[in-house]
Amino acid sequence: MLTFVRGKALHLVPVLFVVTCFSFLLTSLLPGDIAQVMAGPNATPQSVAALRAELQLDQPLPLRYVSWLGKAVRGDLGTSPRSQTTVVDSIKERLPISLELLLLAELIGLVVAIPVGIASAYRAGGLLDQAASGAAFGVLAIPGFVVAIVLIYLFAVQLDLVPATGYTPFLTDPFANLRSFFLPALTVGLGEAAAYTRLLRSDMIATLQEDYIAMARAKGLPTWHILVRHALKPSSFTLLTVLGINIGRLMGGALIVETIFALPGIGRLLVESIYARDLVVVQGVVAFVAVAFVVVNFGVDLLYAVLDPRIRHGRALA
Amino acid sequence: MAAPSPELADQALLVAVPVPAAVDRRPGAWRRLGPSFWLTTGWLALVTVVAILAPVLHLTDPNIQDLANREAGPIPGHVLGTDGLGRDMLSRLVWGARISLTVGYASTLLGMALGTLLGMAAGYLRGRLESVIVATMDALLAFPALVLILAITTFVGHDIRIIVAVIGFLGIPAFARVARANTLAVAQREFVLAARAMGAGEVRILALEILPNIVAPVLTFGLLVVAVAMIAEGTLAFLGLSVPPPAASWGAMVAEGRSDLDVAPMVSLIPASVFFLTIFALNLAADRLRRVVEIREARL
Repeated sequence: MLTFVRGKALHLVPVLFVVTCFSFLLTSLLPGDIAQVMAGPNATPQSVAALRAELQLDQPLPLRYVSWLGKAVRGDLGTSPRSQTTVVDSIKERLPISLELLLLAELIGLVVAIPVGIASAYRAGGLLDQAASGAAFGVLAIPGFVVAIVLIYLFAVQLDLVPATGYTPFLTDPFANLRSFFLPALTVGLGEAAAYTRLLRSDMIATLQEDYIAMARAKGLPTWHILVRHALKPSSFTLLTVLGINIGRLMGGALIVETIFALPGIGRLLVESIYARDLVVVQGVVAFVAVAFVVVNFGVDLLYAVLDPRIRHGRALA
Repeated sequence: MAAPSPELADQALLVAVPVPAAVDRRPGAWRRLGPSFWLTTGWLALVTVVAILAPVLHLTDPNIQDLANREAGPIPGHVLGTDGLGRDMLSRLVWGARISLTVGYASTLLGMALGTLLGMAAGYLRGRLESVIVATMDALLAFPALVLILAITTFVGHDIRIIVAVIGFLGIPAFARVARANTLAVAQREFVLAARAMGAGEVRILALEILPNIVAPVLTFGLLVVAVAMIAEGTLAFLGLSVPPPAASWGAMVAEGRSDLDVAPMVSLIPASVFFLTIFALNLAADRLRRVVEIREARL
């Protein structure tokens, strides 16, 4: 197991290097004078020059990258020249909101997908399966912002159950907090539910054709016991992979959903800094998001090894 | 997949002639796509034709503001009603289709051309080139795509050509993967060996033997990418970062109607439905086509 972890971790290093390099280059290779862009069109030459010195833009690119990376590793992603807040502080402030959204959305996704996926696979081709597959296919074809608009229309305008936008901190009022998260979490969660249902269904159908399931049936075990205890775990690998990818992706906040529902998460921070042309923040947040994505996926790889002993002994999945 | 029978082996030899193998010519292939495929294709064709013909359709000018009839329902002269500025919804939908479809098709073609080229090179030439291509594509895929689009369009500009270029660029890794996987499968086949034995060069083999045999799966995948590209443009437009107003774009139309969801929901919901129908049609068509293409591959 230790050799396995070490091997995986060694693979992580070059990927992290490439990813941080991209985040740095993204903002450094944009055409035009970065200092001029950040200072805005009405800036005086003096303030542009001051900004250029502050950001060390007169240094050569590789040198700037090394110095930026060196600080980043020690937990310093720079300070926004606009708000004078450090990027790390901004991320710390916004992260809990994105994490709550992530947690609630994935919860909705799994709570819907696991029972529906199991039931669909159990009677594949049946009425429920056809209805669920059709619904999942439809949901996956709706762009996120359209889902959001429709949900706002249904739940906030027509039924008047929850606020359309806004955010209340959990500690101020937990109930209002959950109400403000309901629509955004549902918007993200619906898509996840549809994707997970499809994945679990197809893997489960394959598992249910295995000999050991027939054996369990022959022993007279109750159906729910076979489905949940025998078939679910070996059918959940693709689901786990995609869950991992989605968690990694949502660590960086749900850009669109946070913007539509005015949730001050990481995604919103990114959009705000892009609008404000605050490249220091954009750079830092993009690096954080990309690294989080890679690290979470690394975690999922390790989780496989815990769940399936075949993987840590270097054999491929059957 | 069934166990290989002598009969299937015979068929495999027959199908192994390069050109016919690319297209399923057996009777019933079109019928097996099912009525839903033809319905969705019909919708896509309708949207495309209407978008192309927009300048000659005698529609109301999409930017003329009929301020007496703002957020009106269907009235004479405005079949689908008007938006918050009194502009004709039908006309804006049709002109918006031009932007959505242009970005969808053009960026997909760009990504498909470059991605397929890279994927074929990686899958056929193998070696160090393959490692470099695969590693670069994986790193690109790990990068938050929407962030890249947002950043570049904000700083470089909202010209439709820039939007097409950025979305197309982001499609390259996906196409490279699909093309490489299919190339790997085809490169082992007898007709490639035969071509090589006859002295064909690498470029000739790639262009005349490999390409015709991976075109079907790559094109099918391309339909899905058109949908993704249209969603990306719609999302940009929704955030106000696609082609600048007053140009009509489906995503922008949904966004413009958003503040008045309580009084005139149709201003937002009509473009939202058209957008959904189009994406749904693309997904369904791709799904049906994929089944036919895969059945063919399973029978090889």
